[in-house]
Amino acid sequence: MTTGSLKRVSEQIDRRAVERVAKLARLELSDNELDEATTRLAGMLAHFADIDALDLDDVEPMTQPYELVNVMREDTPLDTLDHDEVLAAAPDATDGRFGVPPILGLEL
Amino acid sequence: MSGFRSAREIAAAVASRETTAVDVLTEHLGRIDEREAEVHAFNLVLRDEALQSARRIDERVAAGEELGPLAGVPIALKDNLCTRGIPTTCSSKILDGWRPPYDATVVSRLAEAGAVFVGKTNLDEFAMGSSTENSAFGPTRNPLDTTRVPGGSSGGSAAAVAAGFAAMSLGSDTGGSIRQPAALCGLVGVKPTYGAVSRLGLVAFASSLDQIGPFTHDVADAALLLEAMAGHDPGDSTSIPQPFPSLDESLNRGVAGLRIGRIVDLPTGADADVVASVDRAFEVLAAAGAEIVDVTIPAFTYGLTAYYLLAPAEASSNLARYDGVRFGSRVEAADTNSMYMATRGEGFGPEVKRRIMLGTYALSAGYYDAYYGKALKVRRLMAQDFAKAYESVDALITPASPSVAFPFGSKTSDPLAMYLCDTYTIPSNLIGHPAMSVPFGSGENDLPIGVQVLAPEMGEPTMFAVAAELERAAGGAHV
Repeated sequence: MTTGSLKRVSEQIDRRAVERVAKLARLELSDNELDEATTRLAGMLAHFADIDALDLDDVEPMTQPYELVNVMREDTPLDTLDHDEVLAAAPDATDGRFGVPPILGLEL
Repeated sequence: MSGFRSAREIAAAVASRETTAVDVLTEHLGRIDEREAEVHAFNLVLRDEALQSARRIDERVAAGEELGPLAGVPIALKDNLCTRGIPTTCSSKILDGWRPPYDATVVSRLAEAGAVFVGKTNLDEFAMGSSTENSAFGPTRNPLDTTRVPGGSSGGSAAAVAAGFAAMSLGSDTGGSIRQPAALCGLVGVKPTYGAVSRLGLVAFASSLDQIGPFTHDVADAALLLEAMAGHDPGDSTSIPQPFPSLDESLNRGVAGLRIGRIVDLPTGADADVVASVDRAFEVLAAAGAEIVDVTIPAFTYGLTAYYLLAPAEASSNLARYDGVRFGSRVEAADTNSMYMATRGEGFGPEVKRRIMLGTYALSAGYYDAYYGKALKVRRLMAQDFAKAYESVDALITPASPSVAFPFGSKTSDPLAMYLCDTYTIPSNLIGHPAMSVPFGSGENDLPIGVQVLAPEMGEPTMFAVAAELERAAGGAHV
Protein backbone atom coordinates (compact mmCIF):
# COMPACT_ATOMS: atom_id res chain seq x y z
CA MET A 1 0.00 0.00 0.00
CA THR A 2 1.38 3.39 -0.90
CA THR A 3 1.08 6.17 1.59
CA GLY A 4 0.95 9.58 -0.02
CA SER A 5 1.54 12.83 1.80
CA LEU A 6 -1.49 14.30 3.55
CA LYS A 7 -0.05 17.77 3.27
CA ARG A 8 0.14 17.54 -0.52
CA VAL A 9 -3.38 16.13 -0.79
CA SER A 10 -4.83 18.76 1.53
CA GLU A 11 -3.45 21.46 -0.74
CA GLN A 12 -5.45 20.05 -3.65
CA ILE A 13 -8.84 20.60 -2.04
CA ASP A 14 -10.95 23.06 -3.95
CA ARG A 15 -14.62 23.84 -4.30
CA ARG A 16 -15.07 21.40 -7.20
CA ALA A 17 -13.61 18.51 -5.19
CA VAL A 18 -15.91 19.37 -2.30
CA GLU A 19 -18.98 19.44 -4.57
CA ARG A 20 -18.03 15.99 -5.82
CA VAL A 21 -17.69 14.66 -2.25
CA ALA A 22 -21.08 16.16 -1.29
CA LYS A 23 -22.64 14.33 -4.24
CA LEU A 24 -20.99 11.07 -3.23
CA ALA A 25 -22.29 11.58 0.33
CA ARG A 26 -25.80 12.39 -0.99
CA LEU A 27 -25.79 15.69 0.86
CA GLU A 28 -27.52 18.73 -0.59
CA LEU A 29 -25.39 21.64 0.58
CA SER A 30 -26.05 25.34 0.09
CA ASP A 31 -23.44 27.62 -1.52
CA ASN A 32 -22.44 28.85 1.93
CA GLU A 33 -22.10 25.31 3.23
CA LEU A 34 -19.94 24.35 0.26
CA ASP A 35 -17.67 27.35 0.85
CA GLU A 36 -17.41 26.53 4.55
CA ALA A 37 -16.71 22.86 3.82
CA THR A 38 -13.91 23.78 1.39
CA THR A 39 -12.10 25.92 3.95
CA ARG A 40 -12.73 23.54 6.84
CA LEU A 41 -11.75 20.35 5.01
CA ALA A 42 -8.49 21.84 3.80
CA GLY A 43 -7.73 23.20 7.28
CA MET A 44 -8.46 19.92 9.04
CA LEU A 45 -6.54 17.79 6.59
CA ALA A 46 -3.57 20.14 6.82
CA HIS A 47 -3.68 19.75 10.60
CA PHE A 48 -3.82 15.97 10.24
CA ALA A 49 -0.66 16.04 8.13
CA ASP A 50 1.24 15.47 11.40
CA ILE A 51 1.20 11.75 10.57
CA ASP A 52 3.24 12.43 7.43
CA ALA A 53 6.20 12.37 9.83
CA LEU A 54 5.68 8.67 10.57
CA ASP A 55 7.28 5.85 8.64
CA LEU A 56 4.33 3.54 8.10
CA ASP A 57 5.51 1.47 5.14
CA ASP A 58 5.92 -1.76 7.09
CA VAL A 59 2.99 -1.31 9.44
CA GLU A 60 -0.07 -3.52 9.05
CA PRO A 61 -3.38 -1.61 9.01
CA MET A 62 -5.67 -2.27 11.99
CA THR A 63 -9.39 -2.03 11.28
CA GLN A 64 -10.79 -3.31 14.59
CA PRO A 65 -9.59 -3.40 18.19
CA TYR A 66 -9.44 -7.20 18.03
CA GLU A 67 -9.04 -9.58 15.15
CA LEU A 68 -12.52 -10.44 14.01
CA VAL A 69 -13.62 -13.83 12.84
CA ASN A 70 -16.93 -14.69 11.24
CA VAL A 71 -19.47 -15.21 13.98
CA MET A 72 -22.18 -17.70 13.09
CA ARG A 73 -25.21 -18.93 14.98
CA GLU A 74 -27.25 -22.11 14.66
CA ASP A 75 -29.44 -22.00 11.57
CA THR A 76 -32.69 -21.99 13.50
CA PRO A 77 -35.50 -19.49 13.00
CA LEU A 78 -35.82 -16.75 15.62
CA ASP A 79 -38.47 -14.11 16.14
CA THR A 80 -38.08 -11.18 13.79
CA LEU A 81 -39.20 -7.59 14.10
CA ASP A 82 -42.91 -6.99 13.67
CA HIS A 83 -43.60 -6.13 10.02
CA ASP A 84 -46.27 -3.51 10.74
CA GLU A 85 -44.24 -1.90 13.54
CA VAL A 86 -41.26 -1.53 11.21
CA LEU A 87 -43.34 -0.07 8.38
CA ALA A 88 -45.07 2.29 10.79
CA ALA A 89 -41.71 4.01 11.35
CA ALA A 90 -41.24 4.72 7.63
CA PRO A 91 -42.13 8.11 6.08
CA ASP A 92 -44.15 6.30 3.42
CA ALA A 93 -45.42 2.72 3.21
CA THR A 94 -47.78 1.26 0.63
CA ASP A 95 -49.05 -2.31 0.21
CA GLY A 96 -46.83 -3.60 3.01
CA ARG A 97 -43.69 -2.09 1.47
CA PHE A 98 -41.55 1.03 1.86
CA GLY A 99 -42.72 3.74 -0.53
CA VAL A 100 -40.22 5.78 -2.54
CA PRO A 101 -40.40 8.33 -5.37
CA PRO A 102 -39.51 7.14 -8.91
CA ILE A 103 -35.91 6.04 -9.26
CA LEU A 104 -35.83 7.34 -12.84
CA GLY A 105 -33.87 10.53 -13.23
CA LEU A 106 -31.17 9.13 -10.97
CA GLU A 107 -28.12 11.21 -11.71
CA LEU A 108 -24.73 10.16 -10.36
CA MET B 1 -19.82 14.30 47.97
CA SER B 2 -22.81 15.06 45.71
CA GLY B 3 -25.31 14.79 48.54
CA PHE B 4 -27.44 12.38 46.51
CA ARG B 5 -28.03 8.80 47.56
CA SER B 6 -26.05 6.13 45.76
CA ALA B 7 -27.84 3.58 43.60
CA ARG B 8 -26.72 0.85 46.04
CA GLU B 9 -28.43 2.65 48.90
CA ILE B 10 -31.59 3.16 46.83
CA ALA B 11 -31.78 -0.49 45.74
CA ALA B 12 -31.17 -1.70 49.31
CA ALA B 13 -33.78 0.67 50.74
CA VAL B 14 -36.37 -0.39 48.15
CA ALA B 15 -35.69 -4.09 48.68
CA SER B 16 -35.91 -3.77 52.48
CA ARG B 17 -39.14 -1.69 52.20
CA GLU B 18 -37.50 1.19 54.00
CA THR B 19 -38.74 3.24 51.05
CA THR B 20 -40.69 2.54 47.86
CA ALA B 21 -39.61 2.77 44.24
CA VAL B 22 -42.47 5.24 43.70
CA ASP B 23 -41.15 7.51 46.48
CA VAL B 24 -37.64 7.35 45.06
CA LEU B 25 -38.93 8.21 41.62
CA THR B 26 -41.11 11.04 42.94
CA GLU B 27 -38.07 12.56 44.63
CA HIS B 28 -36.14 12.49 41.33
CA LEU B 29 -39.09 13.79 39.29
CA GLY B 30 -39.36 16.61 41.83
CA ARG B 31 -35.80 17.67 41.10
CA ILE B 32 -36.56 17.45 37.37
CA ASP B 33 -39.55 19.78 37.87
CA GLU B 34 -37.32 22.16 39.76
CA ARG B 35 -34.31 22.39 37.46
CA GLU B 36 -34.87 20.70 34.10
CA ALA B 37 -36.03 23.92 32.39
CA GLU B 38 -32.65 25.40 33.26
CA VAL B 39 -30.44 22.33 32.68
CA HIS B 40 -32.16 20.68 29.67
CA ALA B 41 -30.68 17.25 30.32
CA PHE B 42 -33.54 15.41 28.62
CA ASN B 43 -35.01 15.14 25.16
CA LEU B 44 -37.89 13.27 26.76
CA VAL B 45 -38.90 12.62 30.39
CA LEU B 46 -40.68 9.27 30.71
CA ARG B 47 -42.91 10.33 33.61
CA ASP B 48 -45.81 7.89 33.10
CA GLU B 49 -43.71 4.94 31.99
CA ALA B 50 -41.35 5.41 34.95
CA LEU B 51 -44.24 5.62 37.39
CA GLN B 52 -45.63 2.36 35.98
CA SER B 53 -42.28 0.56 36.33
CA ALA B 54 -41.80 1.89 39.85
CA ARG B 55 -45.26 0.64 40.84
CA ARG B 56 -44.49 -2.77 39.39
CA ILE B 57 -41.24 -2.91 41.41
CA ASP B 58 -43.14 -2.04 44.60
CA GLU B 59 -45.74 -4.74 43.86
CA ARG B 60 -42.99 -7.28 43.43
CA VAL B 61 -41.35 -6.22 46.71
CA ALA B 62 -44.73 -6.56 48.43
CA ALA B 63 -45.17 -10.03 46.90
CA GLY B 64 -41.80 -11.04 48.34
CA GLU B 65 -40.26 -11.60 44.91
CA GLU B 66 -36.50 -11.73 44.37
CA LEU B 67 -35.41 -8.38 42.88
CA GLY B 68 -32.50 -7.43 40.66
CA PRO B 69 -29.52 -5.36 41.85
CA LEU B 70 -30.99 -2.12 40.43
CA ALA B 71 -34.49 -2.50 41.83
CA GLY B 72 -36.18 0.90 41.89
CA VAL B 73 -33.07 2.82 40.77
CA PRO B 74 -33.95 5.75 38.47
CA ILE B 75 -31.73 5.57 35.39
CA ALA B 76 -31.48 7.95 32.42
CA LEU B 77 -30.65 6.70 28.91
CA LYS B 78 -28.71 8.58 26.27
CA ASP B 79 -31.08 9.24 23.39
CA ASN B 80 -29.05 7.11 20.97
CA LEU B 81 -30.10 3.92 22.77
CA CYS B 82 -33.11 2.25 21.18
CA THR B 83 -36.22 1.98 23.32
CA ARG B 84 -39.15 0.10 21.83
CA GLY B 85 -42.08 2.37 21.01
CA ILE B 86 -40.37 5.35 22.66
CA PRO B 87 -38.89 8.12 20.49
CA THR B 88 -35.12 7.80 19.94
CA THR B 89 -33.77 10.89 18.19
CA CYS B 90 -29.96 10.99 18.56
CA SER B 91 -30.72 14.74 18.98
CA SER B 92 -31.12 14.92 15.21
CA LYS B 93 -33.99 16.31 13.16
CA ILE B 94 -33.52 13.41 10.76
CA LEU B 95 -34.78 10.92 13.40
CA ASP B 96 -37.45 13.19 14.85
CA GLY B 97 -40.48 11.11 15.73
CA TRP B 98 -38.83 7.73 15.14
CA ARG B 99 -39.97 4.98 17.49
CA PRO B 100 -37.64 1.96 17.38
CA PRO B 101 -39.29 -1.46 16.98
CA TYR B 102 -36.92 -3.02 19.56
CA ASP B 103 -35.00 -2.34 22.79
CA ALA B 104 -31.21 -2.12 22.96
CA THR B 105 -29.72 -5.12 24.80
CA VAL B 106 -28.52 -2.85 27.62
CA VAL B 107 -32.05 -1.48 28.03
CA SER B 108 -33.52 -5.00 28.37
CA ARG B 109 -30.75 -6.04 30.78
CA LEU B 110 -31.19 -3.04 33.05
CA ALA B 111 -34.99 -3.42 32.99
CA GLU B 112 -34.46 -7.02 34.04
CA ALA B 113 -32.26 -5.80 36.91
CA GLY B 114 -35.12 -3.61 38.15
CA ALA B 115 -34.12 -0.21 36.72
CA VAL B 116 -36.72 2.55 36.34
CA PHE B 117 -36.04 4.59 33.18
CA VAL B 118 -36.71 8.27 33.82
CA GLY B 119 -35.92 9.67 30.40
CA LYS B 120 -33.90 9.95 27.20
CA THR B 121 -31.03 12.40 27.49
CA ASN B 122 -29.70 15.06 25.16
CA LEU B 123 -26.46 14.60 23.20
CA ASP B 124 -24.42 16.17 20.46
CA GLU B 125 -26.20 15.10 17.28
CA PHE B 126 -25.33 11.44 16.59
CA ALA B 127 -22.79 11.69 19.46
CA MET B 128 -20.52 14.00 17.43
CA GLY B 129 -19.17 16.67 19.74
CA SER B 130 -17.60 17.40 23.10
CA SER B 131 -19.99 19.96 24.61
CA THR B 132 -23.62 18.95 23.78
CA GLU B 133 -23.88 22.26 21.93
CA ASN B 134 -24.45 20.38 18.64
CA SER B 135 -27.93 19.12 19.54
CA ALA B 136 -30.83 19.90 17.20
CA PHE B 137 -32.89 20.49 20.33
CA GLY B 138 -30.62 23.03 22.03
CA PRO B 139 -27.69 22.66 24.42
CA THR B 140 -27.58 21.03 27.87
CA ARG B 141 -26.19 23.13 30.73
CA ASN B 142 -23.73 21.97 33.35
CA PRO B 143 -25.69 21.72 36.64
CA LEU B 144 -22.57 22.73 38.60
CA ASP B 145 -22.32 26.02 36.68
CA THR B 146 -25.03 26.70 34.11
CA THR B 147 -22.89 29.19 32.19
CA ARG B 148 -20.69 26.24 31.20
CA VAL B 149 -21.04 23.13 29.06
CA PRO B 150 -21.51 19.68 30.60
CA GLY B 151 -19.09 18.19 28.07
CA GLY B 152 -20.18 15.77 25.38
CA SER B 153 -21.34 14.02 23.56
CA SER B 154 -23.19 12.36 26.47
CA GLY B 155 -23.73 15.75 28.15
CA GLY B 156 -27.39 15.11 28.95
CA SER B 157 -26.62 11.83 30.69
CA ALA B 158 -23.88 13.48 32.76
CA ALA B 159 -26.06 16.48 33.64
CA ALA B 160 -29.00 14.23 34.62
CA VAL B 161 -26.90 12.46 37.25
CA ALA B 162 -25.07 15.59 38.43
CA ALA B 163 -28.41 17.37 38.94
CA GLY B 164 -29.96 14.41 40.76
CA PHE B 165 -32.56 13.78 38.02
CA ALA B 166 -31.44 10.13 37.91
CA ALA B 167 -29.24 8.09 40.23
CA MET B 168 -27.17 6.82 37.32
CA SER B 169 -27.22 6.99 33.53
CA LEU B 170 -25.91 5.41 30.38
CA GLY B 171 -23.83 7.15 27.76
CA SER B 172 -21.83 6.04 24.75
CA ASP B 173 -18.13 6.71 24.24
CA THR B 174 -16.56 6.77 20.77
CA GLY B 175 -13.64 9.10 21.50
CA GLY B 176 -14.26 10.22 25.10
CA SER B 177 -18.00 10.96 25.12
CA ILE B 178 -18.51 9.40 28.57
CA ARG B 179 -15.20 10.19 30.27
CA GLN B 180 -14.97 13.88 29.31
CA PRO B 181 -18.52 14.85 30.43
CA ALA B 182 -18.03 12.77 33.60
CA ALA B 183 -14.89 14.82 34.32
CA LEU B 184 -16.67 18.11 33.62
CA CYS B 185 -19.67 17.23 35.81
CA GLY B 186 -17.77 15.66 38.74
CA LEU B 187 -18.90 12.08 38.08
CA VAL B 188 -17.42 8.67 37.53
CA GLY B 189 -17.62 7.69 33.84
CA VAL B 190 -16.49 4.41 32.31
CA LYS B 191 -15.70 3.32 28.77
CA PRO B 192 -15.55 -0.46 29.06
CA THR B 193 -13.37 -2.79 26.98
CA TYR B 194 -14.58 -2.88 23.37
CA GLY B 195 -17.01 -5.80 23.18
CA ALA B 196 -17.63 -6.04 26.95
CA VAL B 197 -21.04 -4.40 26.59
CA SER B 198 -23.37 -5.22 23.71
CA ARG B 199 -23.80 -2.48 21.11
CA LEU B 200 -27.06 -3.98 19.80
CA GLY B 201 -29.53 -1.09 19.78
CA LEU B 202 -26.92 1.63 20.17
CA VAL B 203 -27.33 3.83 17.11
CA ALA B 204 -23.98 3.43 15.36
CA PHE B 205 -21.56 6.34 15.01
CA ALA B 206 -18.21 4.56 14.47
CA SER B 207 -18.75 0.84 14.97
CA SER B 208 -15.14 -0.12 15.71
CA LEU B 209 -14.87 2.56 18.44
CA ASP B 210 -18.33 2.85 20.08
CA GLN B 211 -18.96 1.44 23.57
CA ILE B 212 -21.82 1.98 26.02
CA GLY B 213 -20.90 2.78 29.62
CA PRO B 214 -22.09 4.19 32.95
CA PHE B 215 -22.21 7.61 34.63
CA THR B 216 -22.47 7.40 38.42
CA HIS B 217 -21.74 9.37 41.57
CA ASP B 218 -19.14 6.88 42.74
CA VAL B 219 -16.91 4.01 41.69
CA ALA B 220 -18.94 1.27 43.42
CA ASP B 221 -22.11 2.35 41.59
CA ALA B 222 -20.19 2.29 38.30
CA ALA B 223 -19.12 -1.30 39.04
CA LEU B 224 -22.71 -2.24 39.88
CA LEU B 225 -24.12 -0.75 36.68
CA LEU B 226 -21.37 -2.12 34.46
CA GLU B 227 -21.75 -5.64 35.84
CA ALA B 228 -25.53 -5.46 35.32
CA MET B 229 -25.15 -4.83 31.60
CA ALA B 230 -21.84 -6.43 30.56
CA GLY B 231 -21.51 -9.93 29.14
CA HIS B 232 -21.88 -11.73 25.86
CA ASP B 233 -24.77 -10.93 23.54
CA PRO B 234 -25.27 -13.19 20.53
CA GLY B 235 -26.95 -10.22 18.82
CA ASP B 236 -23.67 -8.29 18.59
CA SER B 237 -20.99 -10.12 16.62
CA THR B 238 -18.25 -7.99 18.21
CA SER B 239 -19.42 -8.92 21.73
CA ILE B 240 -16.72 -10.78 23.68
CA PRO B 241 -17.86 -14.38 24.26
CA GLN B 242 -16.02 -14.75 27.63
CA PRO B 243 -17.77 -13.80 30.88
CA PHE B 244 -17.09 -10.27 32.15
CA PRO B 245 -14.71 -10.34 35.15
CA SER B 246 -16.19 -9.61 38.59
CA LEU B 247 -15.37 -6.23 40.10
CA ASP B 248 -16.35 -7.20 43.68
CA GLU B 249 -12.78 -7.66 44.86
CA SER B 250 -11.54 -4.50 43.15
CA LEU B 251 -13.27 -1.87 45.23
CA ASN B 252 -11.37 -2.63 48.45
CA ARG B 253 -8.27 -4.15 46.95
CA GLY B 254 -6.16 -1.01 47.21
CA VAL B 255 -3.18 -0.46 44.92
CA ALA B 256 -0.39 -2.12 46.92
CA GLY B 257 1.97 -3.89 44.53
CA LEU B 258 0.39 -2.39 41.39
CA ARG B 259 2.67 -0.75 38.85
CA ILE B 260 1.12 2.47 37.59
CA GLY B 261 2.51 4.16 34.52
CA ARG B 262 3.24 7.81 33.92
CA ILE B 263 3.38 8.54 30.18
CA VAL B 264 6.41 10.82 29.89
CA ASP B 265 5.74 11.78 26.26
CA LEU B 266 2.04 12.51 26.80
CA PRO B 267 0.79 15.34 24.53
CA THR B 268 0.90 18.69 26.31
CA GLY B 269 -1.99 21.12 26.32
CA ALA B 270 -3.72 20.29 29.61
CA ASP B 271 -4.34 23.26 31.89
CA ALA B 272 -2.06 23.71 34.92
CA ASP B 273 -4.84 22.85 37.41
CA VAL B 274 -5.49 19.56 35.60
CA VAL B 275 -1.80 18.68 35.46
CA ALA B 276 -1.51 19.41 39.19
CA SER B 277 -4.40 17.04 39.97
CA VAL B 278 -2.83 14.25 37.94
CA ASP B 279 0.50 14.80 39.71
CA ARG B 280 -1.26 14.59 43.04
CA ALA B 281 -2.99 11.37 41.93
CA PHE B 282 0.43 9.80 41.36
CA GLU B 283 1.54 10.90 44.85
CA VAL B 284 -1.57 9.45 46.45
CA LEU B 285 -1.18 6.14 44.61
CA ALA B 286 2.51 5.91 45.51
CA ALA B 287 1.66 6.61 49.16
CA ALA B 288 -0.92 3.80 49.00
CA GLY B 289 1.74 1.32 47.93
CA ALA B 290 1.75 1.51 44.12
CA GLU B 291 4.97 1.67 42.18
CA ILE B 292 5.01 4.58 39.72
CA VAL B 293 6.83 3.68 36.51
CA ASP B 294 7.73 6.02 33.63
CA VAL B 295 6.70 4.73 30.19
CA THR B 296 6.66 6.15 26.67
CA ILE B 297 3.81 5.89 24.15
CA PRO B 298 5.11 7.76 21.10
CA ALA B 299 1.94 7.13 19.05
CA PHE B 300 -0.28 8.84 21.66
CA THR B 301 0.34 12.20 19.98
CA TYR B 302 -1.01 10.92 16.67
CA GLY B 303 -4.23 9.53 18.16
CA LEU B 304 -6.26 12.64 17.41
CA THR B 305 -5.40 12.56 13.73
CA ALA B 306 -6.03 8.83 13.38
CA TYR B 307 -9.37 9.20 15.17
CA TYR B 308 -10.56 12.18 13.14
CA LEU B 309 -9.89 10.27 9.94
CA LEU B 310 -11.28 6.89 11.08
CA ALA B 311 -14.36 7.95 13.05
CA PRO B 312 -15.76 10.19 10.29
CA ALA B 313 -14.99 7.47 7.72
CA GLU B 314 -17.02 4.94 9.68
CA ALA B 315 -19.70 7.53 10.37
CA SER B 316 -20.08 8.44 6.71
CA SER B 317 -20.81 4.79 6.03
CA ASN B 318 -23.07 4.21 9.07
CA LEU B 319 -25.08 7.37 8.48
CA ALA B 320 -25.80 6.43 4.87
CA ARG B 321 -28.89 4.65 6.23
CA TYR B 322 -30.63 7.97 6.94
CA ASP B 323 -32.07 8.41 3.49
CA GLY B 324 -35.74 9.12 4.13
CA VAL B 325 -36.84 5.59 3.19
CA ARG B 326 -37.12 3.35 6.25
CA PHE B 327 -37.27 5.70 9.23
CA GLY B 328 -37.13 9.31 10.31
CA SER B 329 -37.99 12.36 8.27
CA ARG B 330 -38.20 12.79 4.50
CA VAL B 331 -38.11 15.82 2.23
CA GLU B 332 -40.22 14.94 -0.81
CA ALA B 333 -38.64 15.33 -4.25
CA ALA B 334 -39.32 14.22 -7.82
CA ASP B 335 -36.93 11.26 -7.84
CA THR B 336 -35.21 9.05 -5.30
CA ASN B 337 -31.77 10.58 -5.53
CA SER B 338 -33.06 14.13 -5.12
CA MET B 339 -35.14 12.91 -2.17
CA TYR B 340 -32.02 11.39 -0.52
CA MET B 341 -30.02 14.58 -1.00
CA ALA B 342 -32.76 16.93 0.16
CA THR B 343 -33.65 14.76 3.17
CA ARG B 344 -30.04 14.51 4.33
CA GLY B 345 -29.26 18.16 3.57
CA GLU B 346 -32.25 19.22 5.66
CA GLY B 347 -32.09 16.59 8.41
CA PHE B 348 -28.42 16.66 9.47
CA GLY B 349 -26.85 19.53 11.45
CA PRO B 350 -23.56 21.28 10.57
CA GLU B 351 -21.16 19.10 12.59
CA VAL B 352 -22.67 15.86 11.28
CA LYS B 353 -22.43 17.15 7.71
CA ARG B 354 -18.83 18.20 8.33
CA ARG B 355 -17.90 14.71 9.52
CA ILE B 356 -19.78 12.95 6.73
CA MET B 357 -17.90 15.13 4.24
CA LEU B 358 -14.54 14.47 5.92
CA GLY B 359 -15.24 10.72 6.09
CA THR B 360 -16.50 10.47 2.52
CA TYR B 361 -13.43 12.35 1.34
CA ALA B 362 -11.08 10.11 3.35
CA LEU B 363 -12.69 7.01 1.79
CA SER B 364 -12.99 8.29 -1.78
CA ALA B 365 -11.05 6.80 -4.67
CA GLY B 366 -7.55 8.22 -4.91
CA TYR B 367 -7.43 9.37 -1.28
CA TYR B 368 -8.19 6.15 0.58
CA ASP B 369 -4.52 5.19 1.00
CA ALA B 370 -3.39 8.67 1.98
CA TYR B 371 -6.03 9.12 4.67
CA TYR B 372 -7.98 6.08 5.82
CA GLY B 373 -5.21 3.58 5.12
CA LYS B 374 -2.62 5.69 6.89
CA ALA B 375 -4.87 6.22 9.92
CA LEU B 376 -5.37 2.45 10.21
CA LYS B 377 -1.60 2.03 10.38
CA VAL B 378 -1.31 4.66 13.10
CA ARG B 379 -3.94 2.68 14.98
CA ARG B 380 -1.67 -0.37 14.81
CA LEU B 381 1.28 1.67 16.12
CA MET B 382 -0.91 2.84 19.00
CA ALA B 383 -1.79 -0.76 19.91
CA GLN B 384 1.88 -1.77 19.74
CA ASP B 385 3.03 1.16 21.89
CA PHE B 386 0.40 0.44 24.55
CA ALA B 387 1.23 -3.28 24.54
CA LYS B 388 4.86 -2.42 25.15
CA ALA B 389 3.97 -0.06 28.01
CA TYR B 390 1.80 -2.73 29.62
CA GLU B 391 4.82 -5.04 29.77
CA SER B 392 6.06 -2.88 32.65
CA VAL B 393 2.84 -1.45 34.16
CA ASP B 394 -0.65 -2.64 35.18
CA ALA B 395 -2.48 0.65 34.61
CA LEU B 396 -1.84 4.19 33.37
CA ILE B 397 -2.95 7.59 34.63
CA THR B 398 -3.61 10.69 32.49
CA PRO B 399 -5.97 13.67 32.56
CA ALA B 400 -9.48 12.83 31.29
CA SER B 401 -10.09 16.29 29.85
CA PRO B 402 -7.47 19.00 29.19
CA SER B 403 -9.59 21.53 31.11
CA VAL B 404 -12.48 21.91 33.53
CA ALA B 405 -15.95 22.70 32.10
CA PHE B 406 -15.65 25.58 29.62
CA PRO B 407 -18.13 28.41 28.86
CA PHE B 408 -20.76 28.08 26.13
CA GLY B 409 -19.62 29.14 22.69
CA SER B 410 -15.95 29.19 23.58
CA LYS B 411 -15.04 26.42 21.12
CA THR B 412 -17.95 26.31 18.67
CA SER B 413 -16.37 28.53 16.03
CA ASP B 414 -13.35 26.25 15.64
CA PRO B 415 -14.07 22.52 15.27
CA LEU B 416 -10.37 21.69 15.72
CA ALA B 417 -10.29 23.39 19.13
CA MET B 418 -13.29 21.26 20.12
CA TYR B 419 -11.60 18.08 18.82
CA LEU B 420 -8.61 18.74 21.12
CA CYS B 421 -10.92 18.00 24.10
CA ASP B 422 -10.52 14.33 23.13
CA THR B 423 -6.71 14.24 23.11
CA TYR B 424 -6.37 12.02 26.20
CA THR B 425 -9.45 9.86 25.74
CA ILE B 426 -9.13 8.82 22.09
CA PRO B 427 -6.33 6.21 22.27
CA SER B 428 -8.40 3.80 24.40
CA ASN B 429 -11.15 3.79 21.77
CA LEU B 430 -8.70 3.20 18.93
CA ILE B 431 -7.29 0.10 20.59
CA GLY B 432 -10.41 -1.11 22.43
CA HIS B 433 -9.01 -0.84 25.95
CA PRO B 434 -11.07 0.19 29.00
CA ALA B 435 -10.65 3.62 30.59
CA MET B 436 -12.53 5.62 33.19
CA SER B 437 -12.65 9.10 34.62
CA VAL B 438 -12.83 9.58 38.37
CA PRO B 439 -13.30 12.97 40.10
CA PHE B 440 -10.06 14.00 41.74
CA GLY B 441 -9.57 17.56 42.91
CA SER B 442 -10.91 20.79 41.51
CA GLY B 443 -9.58 23.65 39.42
CA GLU B 444 -10.67 26.99 38.01
CA ASN B 445 -13.84 28.31 39.76
CA ASP B 446 -13.83 25.24 42.02
CA LEU B 447 -14.99 23.09 39.08
CA PRO B 448 -14.25 19.36 39.21
CA ILE B 449 -11.27 17.69 37.54
CA GLY B 450 -11.33 14.11 36.29
CA VAL B 451 -8.32 11.82 36.39
CA GLN B 452 -8.34 9.06 33.78
CA VAL B 453 -7.34 5.49 34.65
CA LEU B 454 -6.43 3.26 31.69
CA ALA B 455 -5.95 -0.51 31.68
CA PRO B 456 -5.37 -3.23 29.08
CA GLU B 457 -8.15 -5.27 27.41
CA MET B 458 -10.52 -6.71 30.05
CA GLY B 459 -8.39 -4.99 32.70
CA GLU B 460 -11.46 -3.52 34.41
CA PRO B 461 -10.70 -5.18 37.80
CA THR B 462 -7.33 -3.37 38.03
CA MET B 463 -8.78 -0.16 36.63
CA PHE B 464 -11.55 -0.12 39.25
CA ALA B 465 -9.04 -0.83 42.05
CA VAL B 466 -7.01 2.22 41.05
CA ALA B 467 -10.13 4.40 40.63
CA ALA B 468 -11.46 3.32 44.04
CA GLU B 469 -8.14 4.26 45.66
CA LEU B 470 -8.22 7.71 44.06
CA GLU B 471 -11.81 8.14 45.20
CA ARG B 472 -10.91 7.23 48.79
CA ALA B 473 -8.05 9.71 48.72
CA ALA B 474 -10.32 12.43 47.30
CA GLY B 475 -12.88 11.71 49.98
CA GLY B 476 -15.54 11.24 47.34
CA ALA B 477 -16.87 7.75 48.01
CA HIS B 478 -20.37 7.27 49.25
CA VAL B 479 -20.70 5.33 52.49
